[in-house]
Amino acid sequence: MPIKVEDLYYTYMGGGPFEKNALHDVNIEIDDGTFIGIIGHTGSGKSTLIQHLNGILKPTKGRVVINGIDTKQKNLKELRRQVGIVFQYPEHQLFEETVKKDISFGLLKQGLSQNEIDERVMAAIQSVGLDEAVLEKSPFELSGGQKRRVAIAGVVAMTPQILVLDEPTAGLDPKGRDEIFGYITKLHKDSNMTIILVSHSMEDIARLAERVIVMNEGTIFMDKPSKEIYSQPEELEKIGLSAPQVTYLMKKLKAVYPGINENIFTVEDAAKELAKYLNH
Amino acid sequence: MSNNMFEIENVSFSYKSYGEVNIDIPALEHVSTTIEKGDFVVILGRNGSGKSTFARLLNALLTPVEGKVIVLGKNTADENNLWDIRSTAGMVFQNPDNQIIATTVEEDVAFGPENLGIEPSKIRIRVDEALQTVGIADYKKSAPHMLSGGQKQRVAIAGILAMKPECIILDEATSMLDPIGRKEVINVLKKLNKEEGITIIHITHHMDEAAIANRLIIIDNGGVVLDGTPKEVFSNVDTVKNLRLDVPQVTELTYRLKDYGINVDKLPLTVEEAFEILKEI
Repeated sequence: MPIKVEDLYYTYMGGGPFEKNALHDVNIEIDDGTFIGIIGHTGSGKSTLIQHLNGILKPTKGRVVINGIDTKQKNLKELRRQVGIVFQYPEHQLFEETVKKDISFGLLKQGLSQNEIDERVMAAIQSVGLDEAVLEKSPFELSGGQKRRVAIAGVVAMTPQILVLDEPTAGLDPKGRDEIFGYITKLHKDSNMTIILVSHSMEDIARLAERVIVMNEGTIFMDKPSKEIYSQPEELEKIGLSAPQVTYLMKKLKAVYPGINENIFTVEDAAKELAKYLNH
Repeated sequence: MSNNMFEIENVSFSYKSYGEVNIDIPALEHVSTTIEKGDFVVILGRNGSGKSTFARLLNALLTPVEGKVIVLGKNTADENNLWDIRSTAGMVFQNPDNQIIATTVEEDVAFGPENLGIEPSKIRIRVDEALQTVGIADYKKSAPHMLSGGQKQRVAIAGILAMKPECIILDEATSMLDPIGRKEVINVLKKLNKEEGITIIHITHHMDEAAIANRLIIIDNGGVVLDGTPKEVFSNVDTVKNLRLDVPQVTELTYRLKDYGINVDKLPLTVEEAFEILKEI
């Protein structure tokens, strides 16, 4: 079983006055090559959960096993090679003199040959839509969107089997957001990478992921195929989330057109569905 | 006295680049507009469009290379006006953690008025009022780092309110927040605008936040490209999309229906409006 989270508990500052149970009773199994979306508001435990996937945090109770590697063991090199995490605002972690050096950093640490490093760096920048011309530039000369892509490329270059991204599009304009999501989808399809995408955007999660995990107060609130996740918006509203705008519209329109499919969350699908009823 | 909060006359601004060749990188070019007192303006634009530069010119964090910016009759280029301008137009930035400096919420909110030299007893009143307005009075003794993102941004807004500003400028102040935090901040902005008549200028990437404004300005490539009510601006669906931006889902849906031979002359912004339009057809 590729990703297995069993009865996971995690407590921050255990025993102190600020002790906080960040995760409890979390059980998840994820197959290879799945595209998972994780949603939940701030403090719901999403970030704590993903930090368990490559052993940055170790379970207070329960266990996390990735491709047979228990994250509690001491040697994490192999685990970190298999699980790449792109944190929020990853561009804050850029530090090298040139883009090429920055992306190469992790590869050098793995002792790869210069040839192989060059190949991987090229493949990585192409996979995020950057031009070769940026390689010799300082990462600090680039625009915010470009920096973000360089940071993602640094993780992609490690060719992880599991790629975890925490809010990779925060602060980007809508087009930049679509572009980043496009590259992630392509990585998923072309290299059969398992993708775990944390996002606040219900619209994007619904469109991209195959399965959605909703976190609330440190545990799993809902775990469903993305097609079914918005079938009961009231459930999501209880924990302060909401369904996409078109889902609400379709539900309302069902009163007028009883045959309408209300389980829709993209503009394209809504237009197609409405056309059937409005076009006579 | 005119009714204008800001008068922006033929303003250009460029950043200096100190690379191998010293070239100026233009950020805004020949922008002219006025913003009225009490208005609720949302500014949209892609990354790098010049919208943050525009915001920073409004309260004299930057001064124009060419042209002038007048805030309630005062020119931002004159250093003697800085104190007045900054206490007239306060700014909230993107990252809540970068703008909170004190160890408790109420001390943080008191920082602004203390620097304006206001009497301690009056500061006490202003701080309490400001915290009440943004709905975090219960947390006044808390350490800011124990608050959520939405709460922190409301502390930042309270810090500005305590200086009794006439205008609040928010530069992507909601982009690091989750949907609940965003809603909290937006509700506070609506209330301040409606009940206290404070002019709001809100820069965002969230189209649903743009829909609540009175006036929507889209900046691209250093200039104003669209300016009107949200309805007017979002009705240019293709233009808006070409600017790397988006329109609300229901607006796009109604617009797309014409590809299926269904022509709707009015475009909605909200689910309710869309329902009213589509149920009739």
